[in-house]
Amino acid sequence: MNIVVFVKRIPDTESKIRINHETGTIIEEGLNFVLNPYDEFAVEEALRLREAGGGKVTVLSVGGEESLVILKKCLAMGADEAFLLKDNTPETYDGLRMAKIIVRALEKKFSDYNLLFFGKQSVGADNAQVPSMVAEFLGLPQVNVVTKLEIEGTKGTAHREIEGALEKVSFSLPAVISAQKGLNEPRYETLKGIMMAKKKEIPMLTFEDLELNEEDIAPLLEVTKMESPPPRQAGKVIQEEPEAAAKKMVEYLHNEAKVI
Amino acid sequence: MILVFVEVRDGKVKKSSLEALSEGKRRADDLKQEANAVLVGHNLESLATEVLPYGASKVYVVENSLLSNYSAAGFAQALFSLVGEIKPEVILFSASSMGKDLAPRLAAKLGVSLASDCTRTIVKDGKLEVLRPIFAGKAFVTLSFKSSPIMATLRPNVFPLIDPGEKKGEVVKKEVVIPEDKIKAPVLEILREEGAEIDVTEAEIVVSGGRGMKGPENFDLLRDLTSLLPHSAVGASRSAVDAGWIDHQHQVGQTGKTVSPNLYVAFGISGAIQHLAGMSSSKFIVAVNKDPEASIFKVADFGVVGDLFQVIPHLKEELKKLASE
Ligand SMILES: Cc1cc2nc3c(=O)[nH]c(=O)nc-3n(C[C@H](O)[C@H](O)[C@H](O)COP(=O)(O)OP(=O)(O)OC[C@H]3O[C@@H](n4cnc5c(N)ncnc54)[C@H](O)[C@@H]3O)c2cc1C
Ligand SMILES: Cc1cc2nc3c(=O)[nH]c(=O)nc-3n(C[C@H](O)[C@H](O)[C@H](O)COP(=O)(O)OP(=O)(O)OC[C@H]3O[C@@H](n4cnc5c(N)ncnc54)[C@H](O)[C@@H]3O)c2cc1C
Repeated sequence: MNIVVFVKRIPDTESKIRINHETGTIIEEGLNFVLNPYDEFAVEEALRLREAGGGKVTVLSVGGEESLVILKKCLAMGADEAFLLKDNTPETYDGLRMAKIIVRALEKKFSDYNLLFFGKQSVGADNAQVPSMVAEFLGLPQVNVVTKLEIEGTKGTAHREIEGALEKVSFSLPAVISAQKGLNEPRYETLKGIMMAKKKEIPMLTFEDLELNEEDIAPLLEVTKMESPPPRQAGKVIQEEPEAAAKKMVEYLHNEAKVI
Repeated sequence: MILVFVEVRDGKVKKSSLEALSEGKRRADDLKQEANAVLVGHNLESLATEVLPYGASKVYVVENSLLSNYSAAGFAQALFSLVGEIKPEVILFSASSMGKDLAPRLAAKLGVSLASDCTRTIVKDGKLEVLRPIFAGKAFVTLSFKSSPIMATLRPNVFPLIDPGEKKGEVVKKEVVIPEDKIKAPVLEILREEGAEIDVTEAEIVVSGGRGMKGPENFDLLRDLTSLLPHSAVGASRSAVDAGWIDHQHQVGQTGKTVSPNLYVAFGISGAIQHLAGMSSSKFIVAVNKDPEASIFKVADFGVVGDLFQVIPHLKEELKKLASE
């Protein structure tokens, strides 16, 4: 079983987001970048499938050399190999662009796969687009937001989370899967893993290697403005006996907020 | 023309799709265009008439027996044929689980970009633009489109429904031919968690508990409250979920669900940045916490400093009183 996992570097969820209003972009200085948590579930699931049935786990990230850190982490977790596809353009919010790049990489360099693993969304852009788009371009089945996965031979079943319920889905391989929290508990890197990862090289690919022209992947969405959310005014805070407090709260909700 | 995909779940039209249609109708009016809706599946004609009062001039019903169970690939194929025929300028979806799964597949088929989970639509210089949160609402971007048709998914619970008017429009049936091999990864069955009637993303009132709830059994206190509040659901902080007190489906926050109900009530939740990211777009926020310094009070419209176990029984009484008035 050959599995390719797509991983992305994101600012950790503690981050306070500051905006450069002149350029309309996020100020990356001072942000602490980590592996997208949903991609971590994807890596873990790939490793478990390999441990159960053999094969190879390849990890790929598209981005600048800053992303080498998260690829090292994936190697330390146990991935067999990792590649960086160099893309120095500023982030674009355009899932279609990323899907086209990933599809070309698969066709040119990694065409021998049984499963393609993604996170259900990248924390930050919160697009949840790339996996479905890649599946469409390659004519593959897609199962997104997966919390349970079983593979037997060339068939699979999965649970995918929907509003207040789960959908049970069946599919045949090759397929695109995107991981949701609950799929597994990702392992910590071991010291041995970290030492092994240090020795492994992470080859870098370029758009030229993929015969990819900038105009083929020009973003089709344009950010015309980036702004901070309107600050929420802190309201009334009361400290009274429980009975009086409950009464005032319900009065507030009924008479002022008019929500009940 | 603005075309809005209307989702059917459990034989019912989804409310968030009607919200998207309502918004589509408002923008169609600005653009002096028609708003139309499309339903995809099997045996849907009776539902189509329910959609007409929400501003649709036409409700297309795209049917094929292979579409009785949802699959992104099958539904995208069906929509692709319709889009090729009627050529809408704009296609909108609700950013529901189905919308988030289906819209990008259709966008790739059409070779266009997609804006996800938008919270506002704007007409500027005769063209549609959208506003969407990034970093779970820590910032917002306005996006304009360079590909056509324009495609966007709209966040549930954000866009008001239009008052249902008369059923003026018409229902247009379309049979589509779908080769069986285009149906990939179909849904076999839907497994429902017991008691989880409304999802937190769809509820008008969310009553959430955090680590201050002290244990799984105490979430029954919150379930009791939701039984007194219409269209409400129980939410939770990640600490409560990680402790195993309640299922992850209920987690609100940056790595859980983003909610924007009319009312969000937080019991024993400190207000960590990741939690705030998931709920600060709620219209009203109420918090009960015994720590007067808790960050949740910085975003709450109404806060009670106190012990939630003492406050909740009185709240129940007050709500019952209100209901009987
Ligand atoms: C710090 C930061 C700053 C940003 N700033 C800007 C900005 O200034 N302007 C702007 O226009 N856009 C910006 N973006 C958004 C960026 O362009 C998006 O990454 C792009 O739209 C791809 O979509 P997505 O990551 O939302 O994909 P999703 O569809 O949400 O991602 C789903 C999955 O696809 C895979 N995937 C996505 N991207 C990659 C990748 N690069 N390599 C490998 N796998 C991947 C992962 O498995 C991921 O879990 C920013 C994003 C971040 C994190
Ligand atoms: C990558 C990452 C992602 C995350 N994503 C999320 C997410 O999606 N959602 C999320 O919620 N968190 C998330 N977190 C976790 C977040 O940082 C906080 O740890 C978490 O939100 C805290 O939960 P809490 O408020 O329930 O618990 P605590 O912070 O422990 O707060 C408990 C509160 O209860 C109050 N309390 C205690 N007893 C009582 C009582 N009897 N009456 C009244 N008040 C009482 C206390 O005063 C305190 O304020 C994430 C963290 C990371 C690192």
